[in-house]
Amino acid sequence: MQDALFYTFAFLTLVFGFLVVANPFSRNPVTSAMFLVLTIVSLAGLFVLLHAFFLAAVQILVYAGAVMVLFIFVIMLLDLKAEERRKIKKLGIVGGLISAGAILAIFLNSLLKAPLGAVQSPAVEGGTVPLAKLLFTQYLLPFEIVSVLLLVAIVGVVLLSKKDLK
Amino acid sequence: MNVGLEHYLVVSVLLFCLGLLGVIVRRNLLVIYMSLELMLNAANLALVAFSRYTDSLDGQVFVFFIITVAAAEVSVGLALIVALYRKRQTSHVEDLTTLRL
Repeated sequence: MQDALFYTFAFLTLVFGFLVVANPFSRNPVTSAMFLVLTIVSLAGLFVLLHAFFLAAVQILVYAGAVMVLFIFVIMLLDLKAEERRKIKKLGIVGGLISAGAILAIFLNSLLKAPLGAVQSPAVEGGTVPLAKLLFTQYLLPFEIVSVLLLVAIVGVVLLSKKDLK
Repeated sequence: MNVGLEHYLVVSVLLFCLGLLGVIVRRNLLVIYMSLELMLNAANLALVAFSRYTDSLDGQVFVFFIITVAAAEVSVGLALIVALYRKRQTSHVEDLTTLRL
């Protein structure tokens, strides 16, 4: 059962991810954004299979909710009708395939050589309570720093979206 | 065949390569941003898989931080794109080749 679910979600993730990047039917950014939502939801399914329940919820709330709403708003703000007619350059496709293929080869090669071992009795559960215990004890300082980072981001966005940038 | 750590890592690697391909091939700033998100998500998947199969929650805390930082990054980046669009009326990387506004 778990294996079938893993293969389903992995297949869906990769297909939707491909449709974000290279949709053969539409080059509209809105289509890409919608397929990105589907990719994120199927990734959340993979997280559930890895028993990271809290992260699966956060993934859907933050990514599929907040981040994608931001994307859609910005697409709505910009008028992107003229973008669809542009051709993708041959050189870009060749270069992209070569570099992505090279990275893929490096990763798979190191994956084949890695002594991954057969850990077949994982017991770790990513529920809210154990994650919060770790976050508020061992990782308290990074947590506070991240809150400062978010504040800086808010101030930066407010400054950047003023009408007359000085 | 039992699903193990390597299966998740292969999915993560393939997703990362798709994101990289999108960053290089696509010419629209917004789609490039979405491909960046794909790459971040691939890294998240690898971290969660490692955390599950090494019996420690540290990887999941890292993913938590990555999600937060990615949200901040997206908000700032999209604000930059909007500011750039106001100045130049385009979100296409080939029209944005000068450093001067």
